Order: sequence, then C-alpha cells, then structure tokens
Amino acid sequence: MDAFLVLTIAAIVLGALGVAVFFWTLKTGQYDDLDGAAHRVLIEDEEDRPL
Amino acid sequence: MTATTFSQGLRIDPAPFVRRDAQGASKLDLAVKGMRCAGCIAKIERGVSTMPGVEEARVNLSTAKLSVRWRGARTTAEAIVARMGELGFEAFPYDPAAMLRQDDEDGRFLLRCLAVSGFAASNVMFLSICVWAGLDGEMGEGTRSLFHWISGLIAIPGALYAGRPFFRSAFASLAQMRANMDVPITLGILLALALSVAEAIQGGKYTYFDAAVTLPFLLLIGRYLDHVLRRKARSAAFDLAAMQTVTVTRLGADGRGEVVAAADIAPGDRLQLAAGDRSPVDALIESGRGDVDVSLVTGESLPVPVAEGATLRAGSLLLGQPMTVRATARVQDSLVAEMARLLEAGQQARGRYVRLADQAAALYVPMVHGLALAVFIGGWTLGIGVYAALTNAIALLIITCPCALGLAVPAAQIVATSRLFRAGLLVKSGDALERLADADTAVFDKTGTLTVSRPVLANAAAVARGDLELAASLARASKHPLSRALAEAAGPGVVAAGVTESVGEGLEAVIDGVPLRLGRAAWVAVDDAGDATHLWFKKGMAAPVCFVFEDQVKADAASTVAALRARGLSIEMLSGDRDAPAETVARQTGIVTWRALSDPKQKTERLEALRASGHKALMVGDGLNDAASLALAHVSISPATATQASQAVADMVLQSDALAPIAEAIDVTRAARRIVFQNFAFAAAYNALAVPLAAAGLVTPLIAAVAMSASSLIVMLNALRLSRG
Repeated sequence: MDAFLVLTIAAIVLGALGVAVFFWTLKTGQYDDLDGAAHRVLIEDEEDRPL
Repeated sequence: MTATTFSQGLRIDPAPFVRRDAQGASKLDLAVKGMRCAGCIAKIERGVSTMPGVEEARVNLSTAKLSVRWRGARTTAEAIVARMGELGFEAFPYDPAAMLRQDDEDGRFLLRCLAVSGFAASNVMFLSICVWAGLDGEMGEGTRSLFHWISGLIAIPGALYAGRPFFRSAFASLAQMRANMDVPITLGILLALALSVAEAIQGGKYTYFDAAVTLPFLLLIGRYLDHVLRRKARSAAFDLAAMQTVTVTRLGADGRGEVVAAADIAPGDRLQLAAGDRSPVDALIESGRGDVDVSLVTGESLPVPVAEGATLRAGSLLLGQPMTVRATARVQDSLVAEMARLLEAGQQARGRYVRLADQAAALYVPMVHGLALAVFIGGWTLGIGVYAALTNAIALLIITCPCALGLAVPAAQIVATSRLFRAGLLVKSGDALERLADADTAVFDKTGTLTVSRPVLANAAAVARGDLELAASLARASKHPLSRALAEAAGPGVVAAGVTESVGEGLEAVIDGVPLRLGRAAWVAVDDAGDATHLWFKKGMAAPVCFVFEDQVKADAASTVAALRARGLSIEMLSGDRDAPAETVARQTGIVTWRALSDPKQKTERLEALRASGHKALMVGDGLNDAASLALAHVSISPATATQASQAVADMVLQSDALAPIAEAIDVTRAARRIVFQNFAFAAAYNALAVPLAAAGLVTPLIAAVAMSASSLIVMLNALRLSRG
C-alpha cells in the first residue's frame, strides 16, 4: 500500500511538472511563430562552418 | 503592377511608424511580402542586423512580420525599408494599433485550460478504469474510496480551472436573460462534481469525476481550433487593412511640407498631392486642375476632369498635375454622411440573422432542462427516493451534455474555412458560411469586380508594331496609367533617352533627330473629342497614331457567372458607370439583368427590394460606393483590390483578383451546411437513446464516458469529410 501511495503521488507530481513546463513554454512565446520555428532549424550559424 | 489597390499611388513613409521603447531604443515593425523559407529568414535577419546600431532584427514567419530595434541616428526607418528592398523583399510599415494584438491572450487562455483538462482527464481516467475493472468485487471498498478521493483531488481543481471559458460565457448569457449552449455545459460540469463528492463521502460505487474533466477537454479542443482559424482569417484581413495605412505631405503655415500618417489629418489641413497620389480624405481643391480616376469612389471607369473649388472625394487618384487641397473631413469621416447611414442600417439588418448553433441551442437547452426536471419529479413521485431521483436527473444532464452538438457547427466550419483559405478566400466569421450557403441571388458590381479596373490597350492589332515599340519607349518613362498600360502592352523593352514629361499633357523626346510626342490629342495638335481613353503618338511629320484603351473584363468573370448560374443563383449587375461600358461588360460576362448609373442609394434600394421579396442576395463589390450594399446584403464578398471600407464590411475577402473561388465557396458552404445538419441529426439520435437510459437509472460513469467520447469523435470525423475534394 505504501508503494502504491508513493507511486500515485509521484505520477501526479510528474504530470503536474509537465503541465508547469507547458505553461512556461506558452509564457515565453514559444508558440508565437510555429512556421518560423520549423524553418529556423535549417539555418546554419555563420561561425559553424565545417572544418 | 498590382491592379487598383487603395494603397497604389500612395507613398508610405515609414518614419511616422517608429516607436521608442522604455530603454530609449527605436522600434519599427514591418509587414514583409514574399517570405517563404529558412533562407529568407537568415537573409533578412543577417542583412538588417548588420546595419549600424541595429540591436535586434527578428522575423516572424507565421505572421510575415519583421521587428527591428536599433539605437542612434545612423540607421533610419527609410534605410531599413531600402535595405529590405535591396534584399529583394517588399516591406511596409504598419500601425500596430490597427493590427490584431500579437500576443493573443484569448488563445493562450484556452490553451492553458486545454492543457489542464487534458492532464486531469488522463490521470483521472487511469484511476477510473481501475475502479470500473474492479467493480465486480476484486477491489475492496477502502481502495475504491481512496481512488475516488484521489480522482476528486485532481478533478475538482482541474474542472474548475479548465471550465472557466464555459462558466464565463454561461454567466454572461444568463445576465442577458438568455441561455446559450454553455449553460447546460456549466450545469453538467458543476453537478457532476457535486454528485461525485456526495457519492465519495457515502462510499458509493459511482463517481463522475472523469466526466467532469473529459467534458471540458473535448469541448475545448473544438473551441481552440475554432479560435485559431478565426484568428488566422481575421488577422489576414486586418493585415490588408493595416498595410493600407498611408502617409501624406501636409503643408504647414510657412508652406513647408511635413510627412504625416493619413490618420492624423484634421479638417482644414492643407495637403500636397503629387500626380499618381490618391487622396486619403475628402478635400476641396485649392489649386491645380487635371484628371482624376474616381473608379473606386463611384465606379466610373473613365477619368473625370476637375479644377479649383471642386470636391475631391477620398479614394480619388490624381492622374495629371499635382494639387494643393484642403481636407474637409478626417479619414474615418471621409465617407459622405448618407453612405455612413446606409452602412449602419445595413449592418443592423444583418444583425437579425440567428446562427444555426444558436437556433439549435434555443431548442435544445429548454428541452434538456425540462427532461431532467421531469426525470427528477417523476422518479420522486414514483417512490425511488429523492437521492436516486436526483442522481438520475444529474446523469441525464451529464450524458446529454452537448459535446456532439457543441462540436457539430464549429468542426464543420473550421474545416470549411481552412479549405476556403486554401482556395483563396478569407472568411471573417463562421455565420458567413451559413449565410453564403443560403444565397439564391448574386449581385455584382462592375468596375474592379467583374473588370480589372485599369486600362488595357484595345487596338494593338490596328497599330504598326514599330510605332507601338517606339511609343512604348517613351511611355516607360512615365507613371501615368495610360502610359503604363501602353508599356505593358508592348512588353519589356528600352526606355528612350531624354524623355521629358509635361504633366497632364504628354511626353516628348528626340531620337535620331526625329522629334517624338506621346500624349493627349492637343499635345500632337489633333482635334479629338477629348476622350480620356485615347493616347496619341506622333513621329516627326508622320500622321498621328491613336491608341485606344478600355477597361478589361477579368479572365474568369464569364465562367464564374456561368458557374453560379449552374448552382441555381440568379445573376444581376449593378454599375455606377454609364450605359455603354456596362452593356459591354454585361454582354461579355453573359449577364442579362443589369442596371447602369446606379448611385450607392439605388444599389441599396435594389438589395432592399430583393430582401423584401424573400431573396437572399450575395453581393460582390469593391468600391466605396458598394460598401453600403455589401453591409446590407445577406452575405458579401469583396475582391483583394477593394477599398478598405468595403473589405471591412464584407463577410469574405478574395485573396487575389480571380473570381473563381466564389463558385467553389458556394459548393463548400453548401457541403458544410449539409454536414452540420447530419451532425445535428446524429446528436438528436444519440440523445434520444441516452435520455431513456438515464431516466431509468441505467447510465453508469463508464457508459457516460464511452458515449460522450464516441459521439464527439463521430461528429469530428464527419466534419473532416469536408476537407476532401
């Protein structure tokens, strides 16, 4: 029974953590330019030339 | 060259749009055309951020905006726009106040609620499934009670947090003494929580904690998608309007010019308009005379001569000489009073339309509440006990909670809107789709709607190719609409050296010792009737050659008219232009019923008459003179090239010059209406089955959960069928 309680609480805390992280991503504007984010990953940094 | 947009011929000076932030840095937001890929982002951000003093240049690809922050005077707004030009992108300053708020607080609120309800629903469902599986005795009472309490611990705060969009809307509706769909949703969520707490306290078998969070989760999915698409369509329409913010040169008391935003013009201001400028306000001409193009104002396709003392209506384009004018009204007041009144009356008439979802809610809400009450009273009098009767009534409220009904309309409209978006039509509201599906008459404006509203060379075949080439080499040096049309007809080529322009008269050059003249009849000493659609060309002592221009019917106008007729709509044309050009266009497009010389009042009277005789009219128009009719019509569409006022009142805006998307829109909206009715029928059938079960006390939380999810899923899948084809 103890194990069950610990696991239940752990599951809820982890889930709540996920929701909190989602709130943070929302607040920092990470969904403001979804199209741009999809393309930015393809941009090479200027100082990042192959050796 | 884009056709006659309101902004064409208006210079947009970016300087008045620069803002200062708290740290003293300058900020400028630009709307950028033509950004597509990662290369564009990198090119623009690198190109602009290397300018002196620039601290940040950030592109937003979704909204096609560039935001620049810089310090110091070495970089100016003009320099940034010029750099964008060098990089190959057209950039327009825009007034952020005129834009939709970028941060989208409503959308984030819905997303937060969706996230919380999703988290709560999945966790409560884990626990509920264990309880349901153990109901045959495998699970002890103590464990079940513990599971119920843990579920409640998650579900109560979760449902109260995620249900807020529904609670707010329900209270707002109740405050107006009406009951919308959110009233039964709110009741369902709150009663499910209350009943579950009571059951948990008594150590009962059934709690509805899972239903209390699944319900808002399913409904919020539909609501968020609806929000995203509306916002997308609306912001695109706002972009069009915001890009048309313009600047104009205002003359101070000392006669010095100062560039100001058009919105800052006050009555009495003296304005300097150059040839090719469009007057942003109603004004009185103080000095200067010449031809003006009033096609956006009255629909008249030929230039009109004006002189000192005449009134220049907002939207008139100066073709000839520069003019000094005195503003008589502000931008927002620059529709004549009568037109503004007509517009308001039209919008009121439109306001009487009741959306399908509200019609359904008006039927549904009293019926469900009546049934629940009947089940409660019936159960009580039959002697099953107050508590059991109450439980059955609440179970009925939960299971009939309008998940399917609430999704029926938005799901179909989301899919229809996004399909029309791809077809090139911006939809500004969901009920516009319903109204377009009803339309049985289409009324078209002529100039700028059926025609391209710019002159096109009509007699190219009658003119020697050599003369055309030579005349075009002169014409390429000028911005006069007829010169541009001539240059366009000749195709790309050289510009003659040493061309001089006498504004309002014509062009002149000497090539290989031969004097060449291109311009009005008088410019080449010909006696013409002064028809403003002729351009004369004289080479040396040779006989003058006449170029004839006329407005051209859009390529897909005739086929669109035929397609609408095939869909059972009767077609009419109302034009402000004279008889002859109106008849030509009517003949070319196959329109039988048409009327010329219609002023805005006569146009609205015609639409009024159609409404009175029970017809539902679709109005397609672009000019200021159409704005009132667009507002009055049952549903309205304006082309991409329409004036700001027309686009603001129209229900839908075409994204290009083409008319063909209108026919597709009729098909899509009719299909959407069919699907909405199917969804309604399905929801009704579902409730007809669920209500007796609930009344008999047979609905367990398991049945409720399966029924709710399955009905929502079926409605969504049915709506998705619209995206095909």
